[in-house]
Amino acid sequence: MSNRKDRLKGSLINFAGLLVLFFILVLVMQSGVVSSYVRGIIVQCFFAIIMVTSLNLVMGFLGQIALGHAGFMAVGAYTSALLAKAMTQANILTATPAAGVVQFLICMAAGALMAGLFGLIVGIPALRLRGDYLAIITLGFGEIIRVIIQNLKIAGSKGLAQGQAGQPLIGIPVMNNVYVLYWIMVLCVAIMFTFVRSKYGRAIMAIREDDIASSCVGLNNTYYKVLTFTISAMFAGVAGAIFAHRGLGTLSQNDFSFLKSTDYVIMVVLGGMGSMTGSIVAAIVLSALPELLRAAAQYRMLVYSVVLVLVMIFKPTGLFGAYEFSLQRGLKRLFGGRKEAQKA
Amino acid sequence: MSEPLTNPASDTPVLEVKNLGINFGGLRAVSEFNLELHKGELVGLIGPNGAGKTTVFNLLTGVYQPTEGYFKLEGRKMNGRQTHQIVAAGVARTFQNIRLFKQMTVLENVLTAFTKDLRYGIVSSTFRSGSFWKEEKAIEDKAMDLLRVFHMEDKAHYVAANLPYGQQRKLEIARALATDMKVLLLDEPAAGMNPTETAELLDCIGIVREKFNIAILLIEHDMSLVMKICERIIVIDYGETIAQGLPAEISKNEKVIAAYLGEQEEEGPIC
Repeated sequence: MSNRKDRLKGSLINFAGLLVLFFILVLVMQSGVVSSYVRGIIVQCFFAIIMVTSLNLVMGFLGQIALGHAGFMAVGAYTSALLAKAMTQANILTATPAAGVVQFLICMAAGALMAGLFGLIVGIPALRLRGDYLAIITLGFGEIIRVIIQNLKIAGSKGLAQGQAGQPLIGIPVMNNVYVLYWIMVLCVAIMFTFVRSKYGRAIMAIREDDIASSCVGLNNTYYKVLTFTISAMFAGVAGAIFAHRGLGTLSQNDFSFLKSTDYVIMVVLGGMGSMTGSIVAAIVLSALPELLRAAAQYRMLVYSVVLVLVMIFKPTGLFGAYEFSLQRGLKRLFGGRKEAQKA
Repeated sequence: MSEPLTNPASDTPVLEVKNLGINFGGLRAVSEFNLELHKGELVGLIGPNGAGKTTVFNLLTGVYQPTEGYFKLEGRKMNGRQTHQIVAAGVARTFQNIRLFKQMTVLENVLTAFTKDLRYGIVSSTFRSGSFWKEEKAIEDKAMDLLRVFHMEDKAHYVAANLPYGQQRKLEIARALATDMKVLLLDEPAAGMNPTETAELLDCIGIVREKFNIAILLIEHDMSLVMKICERIIVIDYGETIAQGLPAEISKNEKVIAAYLGEQEEEGPIC
C-alpha cells in the first residue's frame, strides 16, 4: 500500500490515460471516417465491456457459473426503454440533446436498479446452489425473465398503454452519444474494479478458493455472494440500457436469448476468469470481429467453438488469466497501468 | 468419566461443551461429548481413525448442527448459529487437509481473516476515502505483525499455494489467529510433517500460547507431540469419550490401549 502522494499520482496518471483514450475517440469521431455503422460497433463494444466485466465479477472473482446474465440485461433494457418512452410522451427532458442525455441517465439508473432488484431476488435462492446446479438455475431464471417480458402487454409494440404482448418494442428514444457512453463505461469498470480491490474482492475470491475456509475465517458467504450477484446484475442492467437506446429504436425479447448469455460467458472465459483486462479485450475483440467479418457471419459460432476449445487446451485460464490475480500486472502490460487501474 | 475435569485456576471456562452429540441418519457419530476449556489451556483430543474427532470440530464451528447437547462460548450458547457467527464470537480452526486460499497471496490470506475489522462500506471503497486507506493500512500492519510472529514476513507476497507444506500449516494457524479468537481448534497440525517441521510446529504452538493467551483444543495422531504439550487429554472412540485426564494417566489407561491396539484376546496375540 502506498502513501497519499503516490496514490494521488497514480490516480492522476490513470485519469490522464483515460483522457488520452477519450481524445483519441474524439479525434476518430471528428475525422469523419466514422459511419453510423461504425458508431454502432463502438457503442456495442461499450455495453459489451460493461456486460462482460460484470459477468466476470460472478464467474471469475466469485467463481460461480451464471448462464442467465442476458436476463438481467433485458430487465435493464426494458425498464430503461419504457421509462424513456413514458418520459418522452410526457415531454420530460426532451427539449435539447443535453436534456436527452439527462433523460437517458435517469432511465439507465432506473434500469440498473431494477436489474439489481431482480439480481437480488434471483440470487437469494439460486446462490444456495453451486457449480452445475447454479448454472442450470441461472439459465432457467434468465429464460423466465425473457418469457415474462414476451408476455407483458406494456413491453411490446408501441409499448405502455398501446402495448401488445409478443411484439418487439418500437420507438425507443435513441441515445448513442459515444462520448457520454465512454465515460459511463469507464465509470462502471472503475466501480467494479474498486469493488474487486477491496475487502469485498478479497472476500469473494476467498469464497471462490474455498468456501468452507472462508466461513471459518468469519466471512458471511451468503451475504458476499448475494451482494456480488446483485451488483453484477445492476451493471448488466446498465449494459442493457445502453443496448436499448443504441440507435435502432427497437427492442425484442429475442435479443436476450440464452445464446446471448453464452456469448458473454465465452468472452469472460476467453479473456480470463478473474481478469478485468481480459474481459475488456475479449469484449472489444469479440464484439468488433464478427461485424468486421460480416461476410463469414454464419461461421462465427464454428470459429468461436474452435477457438474456445483451443484456449481451453492451451491456456485453460483464459488469455489474460494465467495468474488469476495478475490484474495489475496484466493491466500494466496491456495499458501501461492506465485504464481501469484507476485509483487502484 | 463423563464429568469433565475442571481446572481450579479459573472458574468460568472459555468453552463449555455439555453432552454434545450428533446423529447422521442412524449413526451416532459423536455422543455425550463434554469439555471445559479455560483460558491458556491446551487440551488434546485423540482417538483412532474415524472416532469422530473432526466431527467434534465441525460441531464446534457450526459446520454441523448438534442433534443433542450444547456448547457455550464465554457463557453464550452457540447452538443454531452459523459458522461465520461462531467464528465472530471467537472460535477459529485449522483443517486436517490444509484449506488455504491457494491462489491468493500469503498476506491476502491473513487480510481476509481481518475483514471484520474493516468498517468501510461500498461507497467509501469506491471513492477510496480516507477511512478506506486508513483501515486497510491498519489491518495490513496487523497482518504483517502476525506474519512476523511466524517468521513469514518475507513471504508475504508469495502465492499461498507455492509455500512449502510446513509453512502452509503455519499460515493456516496465522490466519486463524487473525480472526481474533478465544478458542483455537487445531486439526492434526503435524500430519504429513517431517520431524524438523514438527519441531518447528511445536515452537509455533508455543509462541501462540505465550503471545495470545488463548485456549487450544488439538487433534493429533503424533503421540509424542500430544504427550509433550497437552495439559489434559480426551480420548474418544466410536464417538464416545472413553477416557480423559493427564497425559501420564492416559498412556496407562487400559481402554485407551485397547482402542488403539485392539482388545487383548484370552489366547494372546495370534502372531
